[in-house]
Amino acid sequence: MLQLLTNANTLILATEEGGHAAEALSDGGLLASMAWLIPVVPMVAAFAIVFYGKRMPYKGWDIAIAVMGFEALYGTALLLAHIASPIAHDFQVEIARIGSMPIEWGWTVDGLSIMMYFLVGVVGFFVFLYAKGYMEGDIRFTWFFASFTLFAGGMLVLVSAPNMIQLIVGWELVGVSSWLLIGHYWEDHYASSSAIKAMLVNKAADVGLFVGAIIVSMSVGSFRFSDILHAVEGGAAEAPLLAQFAFWGGLALFIGAMGKSAQFPFHVWLPDAMAGPTPVSALMHAATMVTAGVYLVGRMFPLYLTDGFATEVRAVIIIIGGLTLFLTGLIALVQDDIKKVLAYSTLSQLGYMTAAMGAGAYTAGLFHLFTHAFFKALLFLGAGSVIHSVHSNNMSDMGGLRKTMPWTYRTFLVGSLALAGIPLFAGFFSKDEILASLNYAIGKFSTADGGSSVATIVLILAISGAFITAFYMARTVMLTFHGEYKGQAHPHESPKIMWVPLVGLAVPSAVIGFMNWPGLTSTFTDVVGGRAVRVLDHHATEFDYLMLSFGLTAAVAGGLIGMRIWGPDKETQAARDTFRIPLLYPLLENKYYIDDLYMDGVIRPIRGPVARAINWTNGYVIDFVVNGAGLLARSVGKVVYWFDQRGVDGAIHASGAVTGAGGGMLRLLQTGKVQQYAILIFAATVILVAGLVIWF
Amino acid sequence: MEWFESGWGLSLVVFLPLIGALVVLAIPKAEEETQKWTALLFAGASFVLSVLLALRFDFGEAGTLQLGTNVDWITAINSNFHIGIDGISLPLVVLSTFITFLSIIYSWEHWPEPHNPKAFLVLILILATGMAGTFVALDLILFFVFFEVVLLPMYFMIGIWGDRNEVTLPVFNITTQMRLYAAIKFFLFTLFGSAFMLLGFLVLYFKGGRTFDMLELAANGAEGMLGSGLAVWVFAALALGFAVKVPMFPFHTWLPDAHTAAPTVGSVLLAAIMLKLGTYAFVRIAIPILPEQSQNWAPVIAILAVIGIIYASLACLAQTDMKRLIAFSSVGHMGFVMLGIATMTPIGINAAIIGMVAHGVITGLLFFLAGSMSHRYHTREMARLGGNQKLMPIMGAILGFTAMASLGLPGLAGFWGEFMALLAAFSPAAGLSTTLFRTLMVIGAVGTVLAAGYLLWMLQKVNFGDPKDEWAGHEFHDVDIFEKMAWVPLIIAIIAIGVFPRIVFGATNDAVIKLVTSAFGG
Repeated sequence: MLQLLTNANTLILATEEGGHAAEALSDGGLLASMAWLIPVVPMVAAFAIVFYGKRMPYKGWDIAIAVMGFEALYGTALLLAHIASPIAHDFQVEIARIGSMPIEWGWTVDGLSIMMYFLVGVVGFFVFLYAKGYMEGDIRFTWFFASFTLFAGGMLVLVSAPNMIQLIVGWELVGVSSWLLIGHYWEDHYASSSAIKAMLVNKAADVGLFVGAIIVSMSVGSFRFSDILHAVEGGAAEAPLLAQFAFWGGLALFIGAMGKSAQFPFHVWLPDAMAGPTPVSALMHAATMVTAGVYLVGRMFPLYLTDGFATEVRAVIIIIGGLTLFLTGLIALVQDDIKKVLAYSTLSQLGYMTAAMGAGAYTAGLFHLFTHAFFKALLFLGAGSVIHSVHSNNMSDMGGLRKTMPWTYRTFLVGSLALAGIPLFAGFFSKDEILASLNYAIGKFSTADGGSSVATIVLILAISGAFITAFYMARTVMLTFHGEYKGQAHPHESPKIMWVPLVGLAVPSAVIGFMNWPGLTSTFTDVVGGRAVRVLDHHATEFDYLMLSFGLTAAVAGGLIGMRIWGPDKETQAARDTFRIPLLYPLLENKYYIDDLYMDGVIRPIRGPVARAINWTNGYVIDFVVNGAGLLARSVGKVVYWFDQRGVDGAIHASGAVTGAGGGMLRLLQTGKVQQYAILIFAATVILVAGLVIWF
Repeated sequence: MEWFESGWGLSLVVFLPLIGALVVLAIPKAEEETQKWTALLFAGASFVLSVLLALRFDFGEAGTLQLGTNVDWITAINSNFHIGIDGISLPLVVLSTFITFLSIIYSWEHWPEPHNPKAFLVLILILATGMAGTFVALDLILFFVFFEVVLLPMYFMIGIWGDRNEVTLPVFNITTQMRLYAAIKFFLFTLFGSAFMLLGFLVLYFKGGRTFDMLELAANGAEGMLGSGLAVWVFAALALGFAVKVPMFPFHTWLPDAHTAAPTVGSVLLAAIMLKLGTYAFVRIAIPILPEQSQNWAPVIAILAVIGIIYASLACLAQTDMKRLIAFSSVGHMGFVMLGIATMTPIGINAAIIGMVAHGVITGLLFFLAGSMSHRYHTREMARLGGNQKLMPIMGAILGFTAMASLGLPGLAGFWGEFMALLAAFSPAAGLSTTLFRTLMVIGAVGTVLAAGYLLWMLQKVNFGDPKDEWAGHEFHDVDIFEKMAWVPLIIAIIAIGVFPRIVFGATNDAVIKLVTSAFGG
């Protein structure tokens, strides 16, 4: 790792191609100037659901779905308007001033945020629709939709943020509402522990976010993204302070991003987040929360791409992405819980996005974020539909469901094909673009001291990852839908309110990749590139046929081998699925022992011995001195009192009478000597002062 | 309204509660309703007047001391009744009258044993005068008097209405009742600090131009008159006095005991207001009068502050008693406040003041909750609680909300103080070591993770899971009307300050900039 980091200096990409100039941007008119509604409506609605939800005909779901419908429509309208004529709108209002730095609330409407508004709105709408069916009969139905709306709202606050402060606010709102949602079944200790795990891992990474935000904002003297990015645009000579701290600021911000986007080694929270209801997993691990980290890197992209700033950090980003995509993909192979397969798959895909960002491929990273959101939400909802039907998360209790659950099967298949990167499905285009960008990056990295070999290794990992992805999805589809049913329940198709959203998500999962068909369309590139700052970026204008063939071969091979192994025969399935490769299997089964390392190496020691030692110090060291001094003073006091008693008997009796008159208070206290200590101390003070004054 | 703005309004805010205390004292013991209404009336009037003062306050001139007066008091030692408020003290004055008022509402049906509303109310009202007075005093002797006035009522409150469980002192093996130990510890500890503080004041008087007036001392350059050799020790003495009150590590050990042992309202007043007397004194007295020494000592203060953050958070993780956990968390939060002050920058001191206000409303509410819960469960042991969210849903929800506020959730009040203190530590005042402060910034940020840890685990133990078997068949009354009336305003304040921090920064910023500029120059 150290070697790799020292090579970082050479990982500087030339960025002459592509690029989106700031010309020809419109302010978006009314649509953009009313975009403050996007974050505000769900925040208000969340409170409305808490207080009035139970009185509504659908117990608060109606408010929630109306809000998400609004978000979906608004997001779509903005996207269409942006495609027609690129919008860059930024409005901030000062809510306080601290020193000379204004603190502002506001909203930003540009290509990047519009893409996210659309994504959160549309995916969110389908998930909320589905959730009504899935959560039917839940004891905290209303509360669920309140926190779910808060969650979506938090994400929209984050995405709409035009400055660091608001980004942090949205960021933490997402964190806290994820804690509420993951811990929805809080009677269960595992659920509440998983919720805490998610929040603490995120909080740990947030140290990076805080420090990074502080470094970057303070060296520019403004929290505004526009100020920070314009400073970057001016170059290192124009912004010397920022240039000086850019590496640390950029690195710290990326550490923050690693938390939300669950990058290795902060990935541990995500699989356990499956303890929450399935719609939560669908939204949290597709369009919201996990996208926040990649979004942040995208938002700050010029910082990572401009010479003289944080370009070296990209070496870290690409390595982290490569490790994440490969290591977590492998774990997905050994999971029996269908949601866990998808969870590890999410981690792996997030690794792809991160690696792409590290390679300098702004479009490719965000494009994969975009397509992934649709098909991963679809897969989670499909899994939820299955779980709802067979009352088990385990694929060993499933099988043969394609007959009983036709809609779930068809849509799940679409999602799987998209995820595996089979041509023409959405994931194919975005994954191919990532592979192409990685390949492109190799050429741009210096070969002299190993910079390009880092990129080559990541590319190889990414191609292997394509094989692994197709392989575990084939396994999942076969074990769940093919063969014969292995469980005890009576599977049935889910109600319409659940499968209609599946179809709704299956359509974009199939076709949305056409937005960036190399050589044909570049709609997505134009969308996310339409920003007030230049996001210099390489974007493939035609297929990289070498990478295409590698990626495609890997995916098809993975899929076919997977289908062959977990064939339709019940016994074969069971036998193959219980086959354990020595050494590798335990390693994957135990998630490389990283969770154990954190638990036994960090959490338990801190909560146990370390905390107890500190508490002990408090009682036995500091208080030893305090109590010792107090007791000593009391002994001195007793001596003085003794003299007092003998000396001025009458006076003491008189003072006793006075204190007695103070009521029962003092008698209750059983000790009237405090005043005497006080007098003693004050006498000593006065003598000291007199001494000092004479002495000086 | 001239009379109101020429010091009478401010004096009324400060002394109405004291007058109320005398009136309550005159009411026969049996007439509890009359006592309660009287106390509420006086505390309410004091609160309303403080809000009126805020409305009359000229925010354009927030750096100037306003609405005060300066009349002869003890002419023999040239000590005057000099009061006034600027943007720094205004939020704290309002905070103290606000919390006092809510405490009396809460007390309405929640009298700690031994039941004695009359005495209890008298003590609250005396406390109120002491607290508000400290924030408006501009004369060192006057300040000292107010600062000490709070001592005795709190001592009695803890000692009489406090926790009756037995406690055994480690090492010395002396067993005593918690309330007695805590009360004496609180009293002597504070008095110990006060003695040094008074010492410092007296040296300032004798060597700094025979005046106790804070403004004159600052303007006359008292620090220069002392000579740096003496100034070091004067600052140390003052800082010790203030640090005990804050409390800063390692002078904090009175706090967990006092807060845990005190009756609910006692803990609330202690946490919400009394801790701020120390931090306020740093800002109001130490920095303006002894700027050079403040700067010299700033690294020490900052280091102790950050040790306090980490130390207290770790100690919290070891607590089994919910109230004690909250008490320890105060030490950590005050660490952030002190870190902000130690940066000696406008951002840092602003952070400190909003941190004080936020801690006041948040931890005040946490202590209310802890009190109400232990009143219902008759235990504060978290191991015996659990499933509270099922037994008392509203109480559980408020506890969850407040815990989130306490861990510094952005959008709620607690965030600004913590984040801005860290922000300030990135570039402390000229002359301070950036390396040191930036290191402290990162360590402080780690403290926020620990804070999240102990609060989330507390919620898991208390709120989540299923109720323990021992509570089967118990009827629990969820939040009652008096609790709602006392808590809802706090919840609103937490959200309002979080969403719209101008409520505090709007008053403080100009005042802080002026303070820093006049102390350290342009």
